[in-house]
Amino acid sequence: MGEIIKQSLRESYAKTLIKLGKEHQNIVVVDADLSTSTKTALFGKEFPDRFFNIGISEQSMIGIAAGLALKGKTVFASSFAVFASGRDWDQIRQSVCYNEVDVKIVATHGGITVGEDGATHQSNEDIAIMRILPNMRVIVPADAFETERVIEKVYGIKGPFYVRLSRENFPVIYDKDYKFELGRFDVLRKGKDGVIFAIGKEVYESLSAAEELEKEGISMTVINASSVKPLDKDLIYQYAKEFDRFFVVEEHQKIGGLGSAIGEFITEERPIIIKKIGIDNIFGVSGKADDLIKYFKLDSKGIYNYIKTVMGG
Amino acid sequence: MENEQGKTGNYSSELIDELKDKARKIRIELLEAIYKAQSGHPGGSLSAADIVTALYFHKMRYDPQNIHWDKRDYFILSKGHAAPVQYAALAELGVIKKGELDYLRQLGHMLQGHPDRMKTPGIEASTGSLGQGLSIALGIALGLKIDKEKDRKVYVMIGDGEMQEGQIWETILKAGNLGVDNLVGIIDYNGIQLDGFVERIDDISPLKEKCEAFRWKTIEINGHDFNDILYALDESDKREGKPIMIIARTVKGKGVSFMENNPAFHGKAPNEEQMKQALQELGKNR
Ligand SMILES: Cc1ncc(C[n+]2csc(CCOP(=O)(O)OP(=O)(O)O)c2C)c(N)n1
Repeated sequence: MGEIIKQSLRESYAKTLIKLGKEHQNIVVVDADLSTSTKTALFGKEFPDRFFNIGISEQSMIGIAAGLALKGKTVFASSFAVFASGRDWDQIRQSVCYNEVDVKIVATHGGITVGEDGATHQSNEDIAIMRILPNMRVIVPADAFETERVIEKVYGIKGPFYVRLSRENFPVIYDKDYKFELGRFDVLRKGKDGVIFAIGKEVYESLSAAEELEKEGISMTVINASSVKPLDKDLIYQYAKEFDRFFVVEEHQKIGGLGSAIGEFITEERPIIIKKIGIDNIFGVSGKADDLIKYFKLDSKGIYNYIKTVMGG
Repeated sequence: MENEQGKTGNYSSELIDELKDKARKIRIELLEAIYKAQSGHPGGSLSAADIVTALYFHKMRYDPQNIHWDKRDYFILSKGHAAPVQYAALAELGVIKKGELDYLRQLGHMLQGHPDRMKTPGIEASTGSLGQGLSIALGIALGLKIDKEKDRKVYVMIGDGEMQEGQIWETILKAGNLGVDNLVGIIDYNGIQLDGFVERIDDISPLKEKCEAFRWKTIEINGHDFNDILYALDESDKREGKPIMIIARTVKGKGVSFMENNPAFHGKAPNEEQMKQALQELGKNR
């Protein structure tokens, strides 16, 4: 493999926020004492009047965001995924989703690649608890370019969003011409033997796994399913006619994640087997991100081995 | 010798010197662990080191040989990111092997980034999500009351940034109303949180007045002066029908000049050169 270029999703988020902030006076950003990590501090530096570091108070941060939105602002609220989705879940449900206000929760540090901080900081349940909420939409970008497009897109659509970013820099998959559509997946690679749906870092890992599988004569389609909610139902339906089995890869609990979301939809329409590659209802542990991704068999090798075994290669 | 309240202890110089040296060793060990991991939170571990030392090596009823002793006091580290200070203390006590410190935050080893009661002996409650430890401590204190275990106490250390969490104040309200006098909160008032200075991000002062308004007894001390620390801990033994909040003025990064009062070392490991200097300042080969 050639040299892998990696870019920060968080920095892409901040850069895009600043760009949007220049164009749109109604954008307000709130954070809960993690602005140096989430990078919203960069927006704060540029627009001090439209940035509030609420303090270590995630619940009030979301309530305040809802209030700002009721006064006509489009609010971006950031913290680590585990706190942004979990600590303030009821505030998100009642003050944001039920009120249908224009609050975009952009959470960084999703998944186990948070690394050394360990289980308390690794967010492997956030997609489940966010996507279950009425009016909430959930997006998981796969690289820095997609992050930029997603942030622009969610600004333009009124109402609640949850966007999940990561601590780690991700290998670049897209370029500046990439376009993100809500409710649309992106087919990155076409194969005739099977299909992999993936999100976040697992898109790159799945692409690498597919390359290796190809050498073994197993030809896989790889799909970036970044629009976790709403799903790309047409595309899922189309592939369900072609294959009787899906592979779904995500840095998330198998319970409640993308695999569950796809299953909930498609099994109403057709019988299908969904093989989930994710975390098996256990907590994470401390370790380096690269070690953890291997430990949980979410690296390209783990995906390769799993698919090869299932496909009987 | 007087602190802000005009009171302080007068303990034997042998005891004070012994504790000072223990704290110095703990600072060295926690820094070495963070350095090896190249990950972790030095600032808030160093600011808490003297208080944690006083608790484990003098004040608490605790038997390192029998960590489940049914007469022990509890210590809960609500600001869980300061785990290295507790790990170093547990290693000094022999509760965990010193060698474990070399594998802080590494895959397959027991010392997690934040305290984990299921993986590490001596940890009473897993913490790391700020704001939750004080409530857990109140729960344990109430349990001790129910079971009429009058001699046992619960100590809980809280960060000053952590004081911004709503759950902290909900529990302060409840504990004050319940008059739970076997609960001792200790605020590590180092003035710095993750993004910068507490005063600027979301000021929590005046803490004494706030806690007293919520029906707590408060004691303000210098959290690096052992006479002060021991005085406050002994004072908290008096059962006056109120929970006790020790407001400890501390310095984030205490003991390492370039970390002191420096928000940059909240969650950053020192590099090789910095580590050398830090060890020199702490008198590693003394
Ligand atoms: C609920 C929650 N929100 C955010 C964080 C991330 N975080 C870790 S440490 C920290 C700052 C803590 O500041 P303080 O309590 O003053 O601790 P100290 O300065 O003693 O290290 C933050 C925001 C967290 N661990 N938990």
